[in-house]
Amino acid sequence: MAEGNLRAYAALAGAQARSVFSYRASFVVEMVANMGATVLDVLAVLVLFRATPIVGGFTLAEAALTVGLSSAAFAFADFLVGNVDRLKTYVRAGTLDAVLVRPLGALPQLLLMDLPIRKLLRVVFGVAVLAVAIGANDIHWTPARVVLVVITPLAGSLFFGSIFVVSATLAFWWVDSGEIGSAFTYGGRDFTAYPITVYGEWFRNLFAYAMGFAFVAYQPALALLGRTDPLGLPSWAGFVSPLVALVAACLAAAVWRVGIRHYRSTGS
Amino acid sequence: MITMKDLRKDFSVRVKKGRLRREKRVVNAVDGVSLTIERGEMVGYIGPNGAGKSTTLKMLTGVLTPSGGEVSVCGLVPVPQRIRLALRIGVVFGQRSQLWWDLPLRESFALLRHIYRVPATEHAGRLKRCRDLLDLDGFLDTPVRQLSLGQRMRGELTAALLHGPEVLFLDEPTIGLDVVSKQAVRSFLAELGATGDVTLVLTTHDLADIERLCERLVVIDHGRVVHDGTIDALHARYGSRRSLVADLAVPLPEGFTLPGTTLTSVEADRHRATFALDAATAGEAVAALVAAVPIRDLSVVEPDIEDVVARLYTT
Repeated sequence: MAEGNLRAYAALAGAQARSVFSYRASFVVEMVANMGATVLDVLAVLVLFRATPIVGGFTLAEAALTVGLSSAAFAFADFLVGNVDRLKTYVRAGTLDAVLVRPLGALPQLLLMDLPIRKLLRVVFGVAVLAVAIGANDIHWTPARVVLVVITPLAGSLFFGSIFVVSATLAFWWVDSGEIGSAFTYGGRDFTAYPITVYGEWFRNLFAYAMGFAFVAYQPALALLGRTDPLGLPSWAGFVSPLVALVAACLAAAVWRVGIRHYRSTGS
Repeated sequence: MITMKDLRKDFSVRVKKGRLRREKRVVNAVDGVSLTIERGEMVGYIGPNGAGKSTTLKMLTGVLTPSGGEVSVCGLVPVPQRIRLALRIGVVFGQRSQLWWDLPLRESFALLRHIYRVPATEHAGRLKRCRDLLDLDGFLDTPVRQLSLGQRMRGELTAALLHGPEVLFLDEPTIGLDVVSKQAVRSFLAELGATGDVTLVLTTHDLADIERLCERLVVIDHGRVVHDGTIDALHARYGSRRSLVADLAVPLPEGFTLPGTTLTSVEADRHRATFALDAATAGEAVAALVAAVPIRDLSVVEPDIEDVVARLYTT
């Protein structure tokens, strides 16, 4: 059963790739445009440090590590899960019907049917930034830190993926949800790109701790650098990202499950 | 094969009342439908727009969660057991494609084999049969987006059947098709139904579909079943009768009566008369008429189901 499922999902992904490549020119243009957008995000951080050498108590190299972890995690999540935000189009048009009558999970089908291959370069770029940032810092490598540097982007993308799913699921209740979800997905990415010490306390408590964005990049970066947290969290806080991501994923799965029961389709 | 017990689906709609006020109103799209459909039956599901046909079909296929009542298809409860059910049913939503828009039809079929995990030989056998019956060979390598509606619909039918479903649900399978394509789809479905392996449930606005395909007719209006039975039963219930139309060589005499019939219209300078058959058979009426008046031409007209249904909808 499981193997058959995997093969079915692989076939879906392959079909998406062939569909995309049937419009070759537009694919190349989109891929390059996407890459450009990601480059700009990183440039924004560099520009900030041109103005002042230390931001929120962090040097450029240290902050780059936060940017690297955040953009690698986000790019990966955006590639795999980001297109779930097309759900609102499907809900509005009622085209989710076709997905629901197939013998596969609805969410994986949606992700694979829309797999944005054009965003693949973003993933490469995100990982590259992370690699450069690691090189720019003088990290004292221990086995724990090696594990951490591998696991953090993965946990981060699971976390972002969950945010993507939850914000897309809004469409089941609220068809005109529009871009509200983006405040948490793209907004979340921008939030995690900077050391959270730069934010006001109220805002930081909400996004960083209550919603968990601090654990995507900031806390793991501290643990990698061996710095104590100026905001007072213990050093092990850098290692709980997978746990935070797992909680987020469970929440997202529950919200999805309730949401799909609210699907109303459209008249036909 | 399919049972519904007091099945209901409510939608709440917000109605604009003034600038900011919105009133919540509940619409009972399906309002207590109870039906049992046996294996191998071909059931036509008709009703005016918004009667709840599609909504019912979507609850049967696991797309929509019912608001109340019970439903079971192939012994499964559609929404919680959606994936297991999907392997055993085929669905054609006339307005929603199951095919991959940018890929050749052939590739959609190959993909469906993986999705439904159909053994290669079974798949090839079913595809061969559909290719022959639906004449697909001419456009198998054309991307779906370039197919005509008739070609696409034949593709959709094939796609719904490649995994050998026990129940086939068709939501308006002939909508928008030209006469030839409609015929092709109908004869294909008729042949499929004749094997008796597949239970067929179809919604349609085209009553010719029903007359051609379905012994059983379910009429739904305002979310409720208003008729469930054969087409003949529908005629009997609503008093629609066959009639005898006669072109006469001489004008029909005043006060003429034909035993067992009712004179319903006289046209063309009293040279054409229509008699509705009440107690008399067509044979008796013809014999009596020929004996009484010289006849040029005769025809027996079947009752028009469109009329019956139109009357059903308005009452």
